[in-house]
Amino acid sequence: MTAAGLIFSNIHDASIPELTRRRTMASVPFGCRYRLIDFALSNFVNSDITKVGIITHYNYQSLLDHIGTGKDWDLARRSGGIKILPPFITAYENAASGRVYTSRLEALMGVMNFISRCTEDYIVLSDCDVVCNIDLKDVIRRHEECGADITVVTKRLNAAEHTLNAHVMVVDTDDDGKIRDFVEYTGSERELGEIDISTNIMVMKRTYLQDVVLDSMAHGYTSFYRDIIGKNKNKSKFMVYRYDGFYELISSMESYFACSMKMLEPDAREQLFGERNRPILTKVRNSAPTKYSAEAKVVNSLIADGCVIEGKVENSIIFRGVHIGRGTVVKNCVMLQDTYVGDKAMLNCVVTDKNVLIKDGRRLSGHESMPFFIGKGISV
Amino acid sequence: MFKKKECVAMLLAGGQGSRLYALTQKTAKPAVQFGGKYRIIDFPLSNCVNSGIDTVGVLTQYQPLVLNDYIGNGLPWDLDRTFGGLKILPPYQGQKGADWYRGTANAIYQNLEFINRYDPDYVLVLSGDHIYKMDYGKMLAFHKQKGADCTIAVLDVPLSEASRFGIMSTDEEDRIFKFTEKPKEPDSTKASMGIYIFNKDKLQSYLEADEADPMSSNDFGKNVIPAMLAAGEKMYAYAFDGYWKDVGTISSLWEANMDMLGEDPELILNDESWRIFSRHYSQPPQFIGKHAIVTNSVVTEGCEVYGTVKNCVLGAGVRIMHGAYVKDAVIMDGVVIGEGATVNYSIIDTDAQIGAGARVGAQKEDGVEIAVIGTGVHIPSGAEVFPGEMIS
Repeated sequence: MTAAGLIFSNIHDASIPELTRRRTMASVPFGCRYRLIDFALSNFVNSDITKVGIITHYNYQSLLDHIGTGKDWDLARRSGGIKILPPFITAYENAASGRVYTSRLEALMGVMNFISRCTEDYIVLSDCDVVCNIDLKDVIRRHEECGADITVVTKRLNAAEHTLNAHVMVVDTDDDGKIRDFVEYTGSERELGEIDISTNIMVMKRTYLQDVVLDSMAHGYTSFYRDIIGKNKNKSKFMVYRYDGFYELISSMESYFACSMKMLEPDAREQLFGERNRPILTKVRNSAPTKYSAEAKVVNSLIADGCVIEGKVENSIIFRGVHIGRGTVVKNCVMLQDTYVGDKAMLNCVVTDKNVLIKDGRRLSGHESMPFFIGKGISV
Repeated sequence: MFKKKECVAMLLAGGQGSRLYALTQKTAKPAVQFGGKYRIIDFPLSNCVNSGIDTVGVLTQYQPLVLNDYIGNGLPWDLDRTFGGLKILPPYQGQKGADWYRGTANAIYQNLEFINRYDPDYVLVLSGDHIYKMDYGKMLAFHKQKGADCTIAVLDVPLSEASRFGIMSTDEEDRIFKFTEKPKEPDSTKASMGIYIFNKDKLQSYLEADEADPMSSNDFGKNVIPAMLAAGEKMYAYAFDGYWKDVGTISSLWEANMDMLGEDPELILNDESWRIFSRHYSQPPQFIGKHAIVTNSVVTEGCEVYGTVKNCVLGAGVRIMHGAYVKDAVIMDGVVIGEGATVNYSIIDTDAQIGAGARVGAQKEDGVEIAVIGTGVHIPSGAEVFPGEMIS
């Protein structure tokens, strides 16, 4: 069994515009030191998938910065490794209309070259809006065993407890796990309680993917779910793989905040980071260790390296290189890389993007359901 | 194919570091952990790269497994180069037989072939024993400006401590006229830092002469430098005035770690203009628990702190359990301090485990010595390790 991976780096950018204004969903910082793509990439590498194409669309400078040669994921390889797949625009046709792909299926059409040059038996697709640590080898094994055409990884969750948006696909299956139907999330599912949603992690034979994409090009299809799964659900065998580990979907600023705070729960961290043979890898930045001053008071917080903490930090997620000044109190905050908070400030439910400066004595507060967001590089 | 390099660095990393006892039983001294996420060798290697020296031979001998593993192909220091880069140079078997490195000078002598491949004008000789940030480029510029045959970096030390070092006496032009190894009555306070720049041709001829002398102990400080001085070669002292610490003993290693702490620390490692690089693997961020207290300390990624940590340096992946109390300690990677355990004034090496309720060391005060726990040692629950004890 050999497999190659494909990552869609932009597909959910619209879910969280605050953080994707200047970057891709894939490069949204998460959990003190990671970017969302780290989870997809680590899942691939930990499952021996070492040829990975990353489909980009726009705004991908920060992503290229983060990925570099792929060395930090052990993906700087002579054969295979990371291939960045920028949108394919020819000088003649698309350029005039300025049109690049708009859907998952169109994106796949744009990377047919990559797909057809792969020699691997399987292709695994993954998005960048999920935080999970999944053994894809087991998914492929199950896919082989049940002879499915496509296996979609699903997660059962209580709709009432999660903020989901219309991009989420709710999957309906029979008792054997065969997909009967799927619908876009509308909100009415909240009353159903437990629902199975698609994680958009999918496995299929490379040749199968090649065939359906070529077929779609010929027919002018545009939607992977509607035109491929939907149209063929009766004659083809589309199965689900029920993943029951830690899973969080980032679908809004509210869910970004909630998911960040989940990282403070020991059980969540254990499931996400505790797998000895499936570490979550990320770019190494070489920061010095974090320094706590004699007056520092830190409670129930997750803190990256390279910080200087001189004040009080409670229930917060502090990224690399953050400075918390003297007499400052930071509660329930997510502070991205290199945020600088001066002295005697009071912050509650604040999300700061990179390089934010909060001057001495500022008092800022949001609410769990609507964190106060401060954009990249802004001084307050 | 080898490109010419102006200067090649030779880093002597084969020393046993026997005065570090338990810490160097399974590890060469340059691979001993420092400052949470570093190893001693990170300092000379990072200094090389930051000084524009991209060809470094690392001479290994004693317990090289951990060291070789750590250095690898030099990637963390940007020394995985197509031309030059980092090369590990162990002792080898030649046509005339096999030989260990018999001394610092002999080690370089045995690797003259490596040096000559790059046809360098200068050779920088370093050791893996010190914590310091230094621009070797400035020292090389000084060497060239003086037209020297050999330049030795020196540090001004208090007169009372001068008898622990190799002491240089210089004239007003910084030219060395006398060198005494550990003088009883020092007449200068310029101590050798063990950092030398030689003109390559001079170095080669003196090393060959030294090798031909059966009475020589093949050591730079004892033989080569005195011989060059006696022959009237142009030898200059380059004064360095930054932070520098020999971490050859348990207490100096502990002190150097503690120099990172405090309001105005002597040793600053989060300095973007002179970064110290190290090899480390992705670990989750550090978690400070609900009842934890962490003050005046340096903590590295992967740590989980539920107890109390005061005046400490914690390496990566350390766990301090509920009710544990850790003060004035250097705790290296992967150590677990069990529930309710007390650790005072200690150095605890990698992956050691301190059982619940155990007591290690005693409050730091005059006359109390540092307790040392070696790598991988398990201290049973409730056990007591006295100050000054070393367990391996």
